[in-house]
Amino acid sequence: MKPEEPATTGADLLVKALIDEDVEVVFGYPGGAVLPIYDSLFKQNKLRHILVRHEQAAVHAAEGYARSTGKVGVVLVTSGPGATNAVTGLTDALMDSIPIVCLTGQVPTHLIGNDAFQEADTTGITRPCTKHNYLVKAVGDLARTVHEAFYVARSGRPGPVVIDLPKDVLMNRHDYVAPKMPVQHKSYRPQVKPELKKVEQAIEMIAAGKRPIIYAGGGIINSGPRASKLLAQFARQTGFPVTNTLMGLGTFPASDRQFLGMLGMHGTYEANLAMYHCDVMINIGARFDDRITGKLAEFSPKSKKIHVDIDPSSINKNVRVDLPIVGDAGQVLEDMIRIWKARQPKTDQKALKAWWAEIEKWRTRNCLAYKQDKQTIKPQYALERLYHHIKDRDHYITTEVGQHQMWAAQFLKFEQPNRWMTSGGLGTMGYGFPAALGVQIAHPDSLVIDVAGEASIMMNIQELSTAAQYRLPVKIFVLNNQYMGMVRQWQELLHGGRYSESYSEALPDFVKLADAFGAKGLRCADPAKLDETIKEMIAIKGPVIVDVGVDKAENCFPMIPSGAAHYDMLLGPDDKAEKPVSEEGMVLV
Amino acid sequence: MQEAISSHTISVLVDNEPGILARVVGLFSGRGYNIESLTVAQTDSKENLSRITIVTSGTPMVIEQIKAQLDRLVPVHKVRDLTVEGPHIERELALVKVKSTGEKRVEALRLADVFRAKVIDAKTDSFVFEVTGNSDKVQTFVSLMEQLGLVDVGRTGTVAMSRGGEAL
Repeated sequence: MKPEEPATTGADLLVKALIDEDVEVVFGYPGGAVLPIYDSLFKQNKLRHILVRHEQAAVHAAEGYARSTGKVGVVLVTSGPGATNAVTGLTDALMDSIPIVCLTGQVPTHLIGNDAFQEADTTGITRPCTKHNYLVKAVGDLARTVHEAFYVARSGRPGPVVIDLPKDVLMNRHDYVAPKMPVQHKSYRPQVKPELKKVEQAIEMIAAGKRPIIYAGGGIINSGPRASKLLAQFARQTGFPVTNTLMGLGTFPASDRQFLGMLGMHGTYEANLAMYHCDVMINIGARFDDRITGKLAEFSPKSKKIHVDIDPSSINKNVRVDLPIVGDAGQVLEDMIRIWKARQPKTDQKALKAWWAEIEKWRTRNCLAYKQDKQTIKPQYALERLYHHIKDRDHYITTEVGQHQMWAAQFLKFEQPNRWMTSGGLGTMGYGFPAALGVQIAHPDSLVIDVAGEASIMMNIQELSTAAQYRLPVKIFVLNNQYMGMVRQWQELLHGGRYSESYSEALPDFVKLADAFGAKGLRCADPAKLDETIKEMIAIKGPVIVDVGVDKAENCFPMIPSGAAHYDMLLGPDDKAEKPVSEEGMVLV
Repeated sequence: MQEAISSHTISVLVDNEPGILARVVGLFSGRGYNIESLTVAQTDSKENLSRITIVTSGTPMVIEQIKAQLDRLVPVHKVRDLTVEGPHIERELALVKVKSTGEKRVEALRLADVFRAKVIDAKTDSFVFEVTGNSDKVQTFVSLMEQLGLVDVGRTGTVAMSRGGEAL
């Protein structure tokens, strides 16, 4: 009798490891190098595979899945073009700290480096766009690597992890080793618990604040839904105003009186002025991105800054802070609440009252105002009406990138975390639709809407086929202004209205397009019929594209022109002539 | 407001695995940091660890970023800025080939003696010297040899260690 061969192939072992990591869905696209994995998937029914139509979409779908559930999103693509197509998605996930494990096929180990068919140096290409990556060279390392990859992807500041899998490794046999929990990595140990002394110091600084503001970002979402509850609790305890970054929307209820709206380049007047004039800034889980700070030299010049971040490299990167606290946003909030309760610090009620009075004054500026007429739909109006019809339903929103994205951030209201999926850091056009598919897979009975522009949606339009195949009733709400709106807006403001290549020429008929893919298409350009159209969209059971013809010339305000300070906001079309953008600002994106 | 740029010697203890050097170098090029010198070799075969010594320069904010970014790499165990963490020693080794005859040859040998450089290869018209010391000393020696028939130089880059009994 032959000595017994270990029963499990690398591919089976991989599938087993995924199941042990509680993976339920894999977004992928097959190819030569990953055929053994597809064979293993075929022989089991615990893992569901969603076949996308382009690998970039697989990653965005996994991002939507991950951000709406708090779980790790899993992607499976083949070698060479499969892996290179995934690069945009991986970079997107890295910038927005989304936990992804991306399995890439690779040519067999003996061919690596030989320019073999569909070979690419995947670990080399993805090194700068992943949190970490692995090339598995022996089947004996496979299971351990998978478990380590999931740990790295979801812990600390989450991010994408690539595991490159040569085909021979997938076909060789080895025994499965179940993961050891909790994982103890020999060099990677993110600091989750903050130094208590620093939290105590923070409370002292906060309590002394006369013009405080809480500036909350996506780190709170990554910490889990509990962190958002804690944020609300802390805000109520202190009575301080709260502003959100684009990535942080939903961490604080938008309907709360203490909420000032989003801050930054297209943030509200009150949020940006409060950031400028505050004397204590409490940054929790945000990273002083250039969209937030505007001109660095004039960013909140009078404030003491506290920065809570799980990633030490985010601290003092763009803005020098007075008190850095390294730790998980939820943990820090919990400690802050506890210490605040125990100490019952005396705050300067008179000063706080005056601060709020000032904020209320800024609020009355009503910076998001727009003028809707009877002829053309204003994009803002379309979103307000959309929100009106979905607010009492269980809903999730994704967006593409551009004007529509900013309007969505301004006009849709988020009361809960994990309901808003958008490409913040990388600004990836084509993100929203596949992300919506991922969200819909995770939440089959919820209303999932991709707020899109007519240019962005074309970037991953092929995914209509995926939506049709899995009957994913995603609604694509296209604000069609026949321009790459944000490009056009910048050309208007910065380049003398020379609209170079920003017109959406030769657009498809979106209704027919939907029809061709087996989805439903609706069209509306009449303000009077908008409500009816939205209601119809919601009532349709399957995927829908709504082509909303909106005002072509509308610009997104408020706007802090690049290189300008927070107080230098453009509040509307009449503002632009008085405040030309500096040459310094022109170079910035 | 311009902050002063200063040079820092940073020791990094890493897992000795494929790609680790590319990660470190890619981090520096991708984020626009300087590398003045970089040395790497396995230092612990039992734990499979390598020690990387990087000499870099930047404003205090940039140096702080460099350290935080290095520490963020998954296979990195420790990052220490020897320049700020107390007294330390730096050494570099260079092989210096000089081709000359007559008085120049004699002068090269004499200077080598002053710099305590060893002759590790000799022909009737050439020497290869091995010189060790901090980068300044090595640079000075190389500069002197330029006038005396220098034809080739190989330098290791700086390795460094803190003074006293503490490990990295």
